[in-house]
Amino acid sequence: MNGAETRASGSPYAPHTADERDAMLEAVEADSITDLFDIPDAVRFSDEFGIDARTERETRRLVRSILGRNENLTELLGRGHYGYYVPSLVDHLADRSEFLTSYTQYQPEISQGFLQALFEYQSLLVELTGLEIANCSMYDAATALGEAATLADRVRDTSGHRILVPDLLREERRSTLENYVAGTDLIVEAYPTADGAIDVDELADAVDEDVVMLYAENPTVRGTIEERLDAASELATDADALFVLGSDPVALSLLQRPADVGADVVIGDASVLGLPTSYGMGLGLFACREDYLRQVPGRLVGVSEDATDRRAFTLTLQTREQHIRRERATSNICTNQAWVALRTAMHAAALGPNGLVDLAKRDVTRAENLAERLDDLVGVSAPVHDRHHIREFVAHVDQPAPAIAEDLETRGFAVHVVGKHELQCCVAGVPDTELDAFVAAFSEVVR
Amino acid sequence: MSDGDPVSDAQQVRYDQARYVDDGQYEPLLSEKDRTRVEIGDDSPLPDDLTRDELELPALSEPELARHYTRLSQMIYGIDSGPYPLGSCTMKYNPKFTEDVAALPSASVHPDRSAASIQGTLELLSRLQDYLGRIGGMDAVTLQPPAGAAGEFVGIRVAAAYHEHNGEGHRDEVIVPESAHGTNFASAALGGYDVVSLPSDDEGRVDLDALDAALSEHTAALMLTNPNTLGLFERDIEKIADMVHDVGGLLYYDGANLNALLGRARPGDMGFDVMHYNVHKTFATPHGGGGPGAGPVGVVDELAPFLPAPRVRAAEDGARTGDSDSASDSAGAGASEQRYELFDPEHTIGKVHGFQGNWLVLVKAFAYIARLGDEGLADASAKAVLNANYLASRIEFSVPYGPFHHEFVASAGEQDAADVAKRMLDYGVHPPTTKWPEIVPEALMTEPTEVESKDTLDRLAAAFNAVAREDDETLADAPERTTARRIDQTSAARSPRLSWHELADDS
Repeated sequence: MNGAETRASGSPYAPHTADERDAMLEAVEADSITDLFDIPDAVRFSDEFGIDARTERETRRLVRSILGRNENLTELLGRGHYGYYVPSLVDHLADRSEFLTSYTQYQPEISQGFLQALFEYQSLLVELTGLEIANCSMYDAATALGEAATLADRVRDTSGHRILVPDLLREERRSTLENYVAGTDLIVEAYPTADGAIDVDELADAVDEDVVMLYAENPTVRGTIEERLDAASELATDADALFVLGSDPVALSLLQRPADVGADVVIGDASVLGLPTSYGMGLGLFACREDYLRQVPGRLVGVSEDATDRRAFTLTLQTREQHIRRERATSNICTNQAWVALRTAMHAAALGPNGLVDLAKRDVTRAENLAERLDDLVGVSAPVHDRHHIREFVAHVDQPAPAIAEDLETRGFAVHVVGKHELQCCVAGVPDTELDAFVAAFSEVVR
Repeated sequence: MSDGDPVSDAQQVRYDQARYVDDGQYEPLLSEKDRTRVEIGDDSPLPDDLTRDELELPALSEPELARHYTRLSQMIYGIDSGPYPLGSCTMKYNPKFTEDVAALPSASVHPDRSAASIQGTLELLSRLQDYLGRIGGMDAVTLQPPAGAAGEFVGIRVAAAYHEHNGEGHRDEVIVPESAHGTNFASAALGGYDVVSLPSDDEGRVDLDALDAALSEHTAALMLTNPNTLGLFERDIEKIADMVHDVGGLLYYDGANLNALLGRARPGDMGFDVMHYNVHKTFATPHGGGGPGAGPVGVVDELAPFLPAPRVRAAEDGARTGDSDSASDSAGAGASEQRYELFDPEHTIGKVHGFQGNWLVLVKAFAYIARLGDEGLADASAKAVLNANYLASRIEFSVPYGPFHHEFVASAGEQDAADVAKRMLDYGVHPPTTKWPEIVPEALMTEPTEVESKDTLDRLAAAFNAVAREDDETLADAPERTTARRIDQTSAARSPRLSWHELADDS
């Protein structure tokens, strides 16, 4: 056997000895493995990729060496991707290889454990959103938003074609949404916000019968908490449009329940729980009202009974999906983020309801406190928006924001530049001691 | 193993999956172990009209949770449990060390970091782009698509942007073979295209006459898997490429079956213009019970300006002090001193993911490719094809189409393929993909991958053959040794119960 210390002459994960290989070739009546390939000479590849094989140890050293070029900064970064502390429990249990190395549960009898975990994940989201249906994952918040739009396209009764999104929306989310609706006659338009939140009067002017979907986020990408969601929802309902709300499991543990403000669909990034900072890798949260059950994209786990009449879990309503419905499917999604959903469910379970609510409350108070402390510095005012905040806020700096951010970076801190004189800071996952050090560094920089 | 009677051979490895039964039910839900209602209350830092009233979820201790999830894991069959020959899914072994590199603290960075402070991440992405380009014979690669279907969608959007750019926006059809993966149809439809379905010829390959009839000035692209879902190489691929290109269409390669071809043939050399790679298949990143995967997309030079933004590249003004790319990839070398940057391609289609895709999966794929190198990759395909051929030679079900490569589609004949699969579970192996592609009656689509030994394949064959000899009643009653017995699919769909809130007798 090839061990981890040897460079492979072949794949280290193919166990064949030379004798076994020969016996197998004999059994299939072939002289060589090459004979098994039915590839015309003209398209046979006879060159090399030029990729050296490595031992396991060399490969680990290589990756460590490459990633070692990343600077070790304290990240006060958010805007849709967060770095909460993930308990060890999550890593160790999610890494059990039955979870990690199994496929989609198309044979439910032998996959009950994963199905139950995904059912529990769906249940968590149902509790958090108050909506009846949650699927067991999309890729990320941006693609879940795209899926919400195609759902709006399918369920609309009217001939409308406008999708309204806040002008604050992250450009990356909007661009993803635009790609998802490129195959429809829907167009994406921004509605103006005021002081970091929905301006109901402006929104009322923007909404007409041509609108099929109205999207809002709570909290917004600038960390502000919306105060007029019910009014926005009413505008959507009056226009016969879907009201789609973007959020995440931590915020939802404290903020208004989407069902209570009239949300038809909730999307967002659920991996705020379960994943540490992962360069944007996420987990698309998708929940909706029961009315859209047959139009939901992605996989759903449901309850059934087995031959002994005991409760059992299975993927269900699969006739919505691409492997059965093909071009008439509700989405093209196949591979999803199931293992991340497992981690999210584990993290939420580890926190429990008290832990979740406390975390969200601390996100409010810690963001407020940090804003106050920055506001005390000369040439800084924070928060910019006269709103309640959670997790993050925008600060105005008299000096050019990029220069301050660069200076902070040399002192070991990363913040967002969101305007010529605007920085955004996020407290999620940053320990108090590091916030203290950040404030100290900030005061040096603006001195 | 003896090679006597297949039934008794197979029974030597009969299997009992873990099963916890509590009060007539299997392992209880978290919500049945505890439900705690938390009022948001007076200590809330927000006015109460901005908060919810309460939250009701399980509150369990860490030891209780560790047991809950350990038990759940024992009620799952993974690649580490035994052979997993799901056709089209390439369920190969996931090397353990790739989890370690993805868990490096230095991999944990925020996507909004400055490029200067995450040169390691950018270098890894750049080097992976380079690897994939070489492996597929493609000129430019994006790593943004988070799954194979997302890669297909990128390909479709790139094709649309390319045609639009050339004043050919009238092209409104995408041709997909009847036997293609369902995602091909769905991705083309999501892109707004009319899907033209293409029948196979008698030998299971693209019917050139039917293709000729389907191609027109309306053709935006032909999506093709090669080898196709029967495991057959499309021998006329050069002709097919010429036909598609002659009408101004693009040729799309579905990378689901790339594990058949590593080091033997490259989509770029066959005339494909755009392709996706399934790193969770070909490059051994774990399937995780359904995801995450990653679906990088490679294109020829002409399509590179349309790829999603941003892309990664070596900066031209960089302080490059090392050798060329190929030299710096030698086994002993570490990081380069090259500077890397992000850039937006000139005519980019924009974004298809909120950030840069499934980063942690990409780290694992990079590590796998760097570990195997040229010889390992070529050997993976060699052994995958050998294993499929050997297994097919050992089973009693007929395999109507050949010569196949990394997978074959057997027919269960008079038996119901889905029942055959359920019964195979009782023999401690995972069954093949069933009832698809439909060109084979009662299809058993089987892909053992390179990771199985001859002995394991013999045991797997014994399981197939044992089931082949069993009666319909036994099959219909199966499985009997898994955690749950046969599950009623109709009941699940007829009265959907999709959360614990829906369970009538929950406590």
